[in-house]
Parts: sequence; structure tokens; C-alpha cells
Amino acid sequence: MTTSALRAKPRTPRRIAFSQKLGRWDVKISPYLYVSPFFIVFAVVGLFPLLYTAWVSLHKWDLIAGQGPWVGLDNFTFVLGQDQFWEALRNTLSIFLLSSVPQILLALLIAAVLDNNLRGSTFWRMSVLLPYIIMPVAVGLIFGQLFADKYGLINNLLGHIGIPAIGWHTDAFSAQIAIATMVNFRWTGYNALILLAGMQAIPRDLYESAAIDGAGRLRRFFSITIPQLRPTMIFVIITATIGGLQIFDEPTVFDQYGTGGADHQYLTLTMYLHNIGWQQLDFGRASAIAWLLFVVIILIGLINLAITRRIASNEGRLR
Amino acid sequence: MKLSRRTKIGATIATASILALVATGCSSSAGGGTKVDTKTPITLTLATFNNFGYSKELLASYHKLHPNITIVSKIAATSDAAETNLFTKLAAGSGLGDIEAVDGDWMPKVKQYATKFEDLASADNKGRYSTFKTAGGTVSGKEIGLGTDIGPEAVCYRSDLFKKAGLPTDPTAVAGLLSGDWAHYYQVGQQFAAKNTGAAWFDSAGATFQGLANQYANFFESSDGSVVATTNPDVKAAFYSVLAASKTDSSHLQEWSTDWATGMAKGAWATMLCPPWMLGSIQQDSPKVTDWNVADVFPNGGGNWGGSYLLVPSQGKHLAEAKAFTDWLTAPAQQLAAFKTAGNFPSQVSTYTSSALLDSTNAFFNNAPTGKIFVNRAKAFTFVPFKGIHYGDIMTVVQNGLTRVETKKQTVDASWAQVVKEIKALG
Repeated sequence: MTTSALRAKPRTPRRIAFSQKLGRWDVKISPYLYVSPFFIVFAVVGLFPLLYTAWVSLHKWDLIAGQGPWVGLDNFTFVLGQDQFWEALRNTLSIFLLSSVPQILLALLIAAVLDNNLRGSTFWRMSVLLPYIIMPVAVGLIFGQLFADKYGLINNLLGHIGIPAIGWHTDAFSAQIAIATMVNFRWTGYNALILLAGMQAIPRDLYESAAIDGAGRLRRFFSITIPQLRPTMIFVIITATIGGLQIFDEPTVFDQYGTGGADHQYLTLTMYLHNIGWQQLDFGRASAIAWLLFVVIILIGLINLAITRRIASNEGRLR
Repeated sequence: MKLSRRTKIGATIATASILALVATGCSSSAGGGTKVDTKTPITLTLATFNNFGYSKELLASYHKLHPNITIVSKIAATSDAAETNLFTKLAAGSGLGDIEAVDGDWMPKVKQYATKFEDLASADNKGRYSTFKTAGGTVSGKEIGLGTDIGPEAVCYRSDLFKKAGLPTDPTAVAGLLSGDWAHYYQVGQQFAAKNTGAAWFDSAGATFQGLANQYANFFESSDGSVVATTNPDVKAAFYSVLAASKTDSSHLQEWSTDWATGMAKGAWATMLCPPWMLGSIQQDSPKVTDWNVADVFPNGGGNWGGSYLLVPSQGKHLAEAKAFTDWLTAPAQQLAAFKTAGNFPSQVSTYTSSALLDSTNAFFNNAPTGKIFVNRAKAFTFVPFKGIHYGDIMTVVQNGLTRVETKKQTVDASWAQVVKEIKALG
């Protein structure tokens, strides 16, 4: 035996051990590496701003001049003490309910219709998406003409059938209905397409066997489509919730001032945030509002999730 | 250059830039040389809004004078969009144009950050502008803004509606009829209303209130910047008197709203307060009306509404060239060219004796001698109100209060109480 052979012998198992270790790491670590790009990007563009905003909200912070002295929770107490904040919260929730609920019900209906074998199905599917690709500002201009208080088309038509003009901009509830209409115009088709995709994934034999068992159209819709659609529904409802609570474009372009109406009839939380941060240049208070909005969205999201789960599983039992 | 708030495109841009803003933080500015470079090709970005009247030909003529410099014009749709853009990019530390236009109404807010802009004072532009205009662009001796236009107010009126009500229609006679204080203006309005022409006397309490607000040295804020709007008896008196007149005299259509624009075309009111830049809006909203005219008169003397500045942000790369260009662009000859293009009334005092300005007329307003009229109107006021950092925000609150009463949402007293409460919350 030479010395080199002697040396080689203990070396070989070591090399195997190392490559084995590499292999084991590969199995253990690689999946995390593969998903890491998302989390790295999220940490940079999602988590960092979130934490930075929290840091800003604890200071007096001018948008331009930058960081001022530490003020603790003063920004939060100030915001929570403002009537405007609570009005904005009320309006946001109200516009959210007025838009999301009819929007999802309508989207479900449209999706169910489109799920049938229609002639020129691509055409119909594209047309429901059309409002979505129109710029919100353009939608604002069109609806501004429709909902104008004195010379608007809708009040004009109402006048012809003897209904007194509605104060679309002055009355809080009417204004919110008008804004919800703009939101629904834009998002119903988008949600309908997502629901349609979910419906198409439902195995057709379920319907066939149900039909053989004598189930009618309605029965099939409520006992097969809805329960099978549960994951898609949860997705649609959660995204609609987040979008609905962050509503900004529509109420902003609803008048020429973008400040939410003379009596803050349609001031939403994001608009309030924008007014404080970009009009009054108070970044600290704006950040406090951003965090309060974040908390509100999480709360509503959780409530929503609980309700959606229950509804979906109840209907599941009907089967 | 004007208070127009049509469409809030700026807000949408702002949402998109919130993320960018947070992520970029601060970056150091790249300083430029102090000498004007005449050889290296340079591009200068001129950022304005609405219509400053800087035509392509005008900007090209600068390129002829300085062949190495090319001017690129960037125009925001509204004053609001420009404001949001300016503050967002000022906070980010980059992205602003080499020359930025700033509206007189949010100039006080910009003046807080004077260190971020260049001093534009030079031997060349000294004494070129109305005194108040120079003061408005200067922060403790540093002149960060060079004046573009001013807004001396006159009264625009519809001669057809005046005729219907049996009032004189000739501009000189109308000037005589309306000369007096605000009470007199409202009183003529009541006479007009009594004739039931189907039109109101003025457009809205809000617009009229702007006319009053611009006639006090200290209206919302005292000269040290402290807010006095809630305690100043003049503010409350103006609020109550405008709303008292509004009952019989106003069309109750909120300025700049869709209804207001339609109302303009349908002849919903007979008179409106009229700075030069308003002529453009009137023509745009009621292009088919042939009976608009301008009277050389304004209730209770005169007043200035609107007007802008050009600033050179220190974050730019070609500071010396940008300064030289700004100086040229705000010189009398170029301001007269802008007046011809868009009707923006120059703030350069030497133009007020130039025949190019004095002889100009406006065809849409029945060939009214607008040059002569607005030179007169510019002489009719000697000061402008002190506007501090809260001026714009307080004005929004007060305008909202006026609208609440005009739309019958609240009584005058309840609305004023809410105005006081909201102004206190601004602090």
C-alpha cells in the first residue's frame, strides 16, 4: 500500500458524505430558494413600506422636510379624534357594501349565463371585460355627466316621469349609490370572468348525474355550482373586500375637487389619507391613517372569511 | 395659473407614486455648474400646467438663440395634478423638471422648502414685476420664483340677459351701473332677479367669495402665519353677506362642477367675476354664446385672483442654463407672446405701457378691449392678501361651507360652526 492510497481511502467516504450533505440540503433548501424571489420582492415592496410607514406614523413627519421629533401615538390619537376620519370610515364601509354585494351577486349571475353554451362565447366574454379596461378618469367623466345634479341625464329622465331630481352630489346616500354604480360598472365583468373560470373547472359529470337524478337548473346551480365554486368565491370576495375598502379613483373623480364633497358625503379613508398627506403635507398623520386602514381591512377580511366559509359549507350540506 | 380643478388625474398618479416615494427615500441632488455652457447639447424640461401660452414657436425661438439648448415642454392637465407631482418628486429628491411652474395659491406651501430651489434674482430681472408679484416669490431675500401672469379681476356679463332685464348693455354703461361696493353689486342683482329672466345674477357664492377674500391684507392668516380665519370678523361677515345675497342672486352651481360648465352654456347667470384667465374658461364652456362682454369695473375697487411662478429646483442638472432660460421666458417680450397665445395677463410692469398689450381685443367677448381693461384692473389694486401655508386648505373648508348652504344641506349658522371646527382641525 502506498501512502497515497492510504490517503485516498479516508478521503473517498468524506467526499461522499459531503455530496450527500449537498443532496440533503438540496432537498431541504431548494424549495425555499425557488419560492424566495416572491418573498424577497414582497419584503422590498410590501413589508418594508409597511414597517417604514409604522415608523413614520410615530413621528411628526413633513412630506418634504422629512423626519421630525418622535411623537409616540399622537398621530393616531389626532386622527381618531377627527370627525372626518369616522365619516370617511362610515362612507368607505357604506360604499363597500353598496358596491361589493350587488357586484358579486351580479357577477355570479353573469358567469352562470356565460357558462352555458352560447353562440360567440368569446365575444360575450370579451364584452363583459370591456368596462374594466376603460380608464377610471374616463368613467368619472361619463358618470359625472350622467349624475350631474341639475343638468344630468339621469335627473333629466327622472323629471320626464315625474320624479323630483335627486341630489346625486349633495345627498350622502345618493352620492354613495352613484359612486357604487361606477365601481360596479368597472369591476362586475372582471369578477364574472374569474367566477366563470372557476365554473368551467367544475367536472361536467356532476351536472350530468344530477340531471339524471332529476335536479332542475336552479337546484344544480345551488347544490353543485355554488359549493364547488367555494375557493374561487373566497378569492373574489377577499380581493373585492381589499379593493372596496381602498376605494379612491371613483369618489375622487366624482367631482372636480376630489375632496369628497362639501359635507364629506363621499370622503373615503384613502382620500382622507391623500388629503392629509399630499394636501396638508403631513406624512406622519397620513401614515397613521394608512395603518388604521390596514387594521380595518384585516378585520373585515377575517369577518368576511368566516361568513364565506359558513355559507359555502352550509350549502355543501344541502347536497 | 388658475384655480381650475377639473378632473383629479393627479390623484391617481399620486397613488401610484406612494410606493415609489417610500422606496426611494432621499437622494442627493446633482449640482450643476455656475457658468452657462454654450457648447454641450443640453435638454431642459419645462413643466407647466393648463395653458401657460408657451407655444412651440416661442420655445423654438430660444433654441435659435442658444443652439445647444433644446426645450422639452411637459404639461400637467390641472394645477392640482402639478401640485401633487411637485410635492411627490420634491420628497423623492429627483424627477422634477428643470423648470417647474407653481400656482400662486400653493406657492406659500412651496416657499417652506426654499432651500430646495435656486435663487433666481439677477440684475436683469430686478424690478421687472409688480411689487406684490416679486414679494410672493421671495423667501427672506431669496427670490425662488419668477412671476409669469397675474389675475386682475373685472366683471364678465351677458348683454342678452342684461337687455331682457332692462339693464344697460354697453360695457361703459355697465361699468357705471356696477361701480360701487359689494352691497351695491348684490342690490343690482336683486333688481335683476326681480325681472325674472330665468337666469341668476352670479354663478355661485363660492366664486363670489373669492372676490371678497382677495381684498383684505390679512384674511385667513396674520402676517406672522398664524391662522386668524375663525376670529377675523371680516371672514365671518364675508361668509354671511355672500350667503345672504346668494338666496336671490346665485345660480347655486358650484364653480368648476359639471353643472357649472353646462350652466355657463345655458346662460344660468348674467355676471361673473373675471380674471383674464377666466375668459378662456368661459369661451371653452360656452363656445356658442355670442353675448359675453367684459366691463372695466369690480365691486369695491379691485383684486387679484390667481397667477403663477416659474421655479428652478436645485435637484436639476443644468441649473445655470435653467436660470438663464427662466429669466428669458419671464421677460416682457415673451410674456406678451404668452398673452397673445392664451390670454395670460403679464406680471411685467413695462408691458402695461406697450401698445401690443393696450391695443389687444378679444373677438369672443365682442371685441372687448381686454388689454386696456385689464391694465386698468391691474392698477385698481395696490396689494394682495397675505397667503400663508394654510391658505389653500382653509379656502377649501370655507368653500365647502358655502356649498353646504347653497345646496340646502345646512343653515348658515350650522355651516359656519362646522367651518370653524374644521379650520381648527387643520393645525
